[in-house]
Amino acid sequence: MPEELLRKTFEIQGWDFENAGERSAEVTTILKDLDVDPNIILRVGVVAFEAEMNVVMYAGRATLTLVVTDDEIVVEVADEGPGIADIELAMQPGYSTASDEMREMGFGYGLGLPNIKKNSDVFSLQSEVGRGTRLHSIIRLISYG
Amino acid sequence: MRLEMLRDLLRCEVLTGADALDTEIDMAVASDAMSVVLSSPHPRALMITGLTNIQSVRTAHISHLPAIMYVRGSRPTEATVKLARDNKTVLLSTELGMFDSCGILYSRGIKGGI
Repeated sequence: MPEELLRKTFEIQGWDFENAGERSAEVTTILKDLDVDPNIILRVGVVAFEAEMNVVMYAGRATLTLVVTDDEIVVEVADEGPGIADIELAMQPGYSTASDEMREMGFGYGLGLPNIKKNSDVFSLQSEVGRGTRLHSIIRLISYG
Repeated sequence: MRLEMLRDLLRCEVLTGADALDTEIDMAVASDAMSVVLSSPHPRALMITGLTNIQSVRTAHISHLPAIMYVRGSRPTEATVKLARDNKTVLLSTELGMFDSCGILYSRGIKGGI
């Protein structure tokens, strides 16, 4: 079993555009303090930031949990939002249900979930309409093969 | 290209980071969509955008970009400038539009981010 070095859960508040992204910045600071490789920090940062912005745009609130073990970093975001009816469609680059207001904030162009997947070694998204969405991303510290 | 050369070329105002204008950039990503920037992270890339909210600076920080140039004379709020100062991100503002800015930089050898 990999040894767990750190576990921290952050609250994310929906619709709070002004502070959106602060939790992800905290995540990258924590990883920097742990001397994690900058390329790994970059990938975790993109995963956390895109997920945080999705919560701020679509869900009332969520938790972001960061787990660091000696061989991987896990980012798990669980929200109490409206859920995603068609995950396959939501994963298509360019598909978005964002409002003009969200786009004025620089997000909602249908690239967030593909960016998260691209930066993850393991990615899963589970959702139930009316209940919420759970995103699970693993970034490995050690490359195999 | 050093940021100080870019400043002169595009007649930029330096909003913060005047002490870091010796930073070299050799790539740029131009968009008002922050996910486009997040998909092209590079430590020597400049972000060119018309989006002046605080997420522009957070995006640069997460993507390890050293500088942002705002186009069409747009300027961020003081809170955004302060975050950039704290993050050591250089902020520039040019009166030129995005197309002209990109064209001038491309003709001087700056390539687009992947």
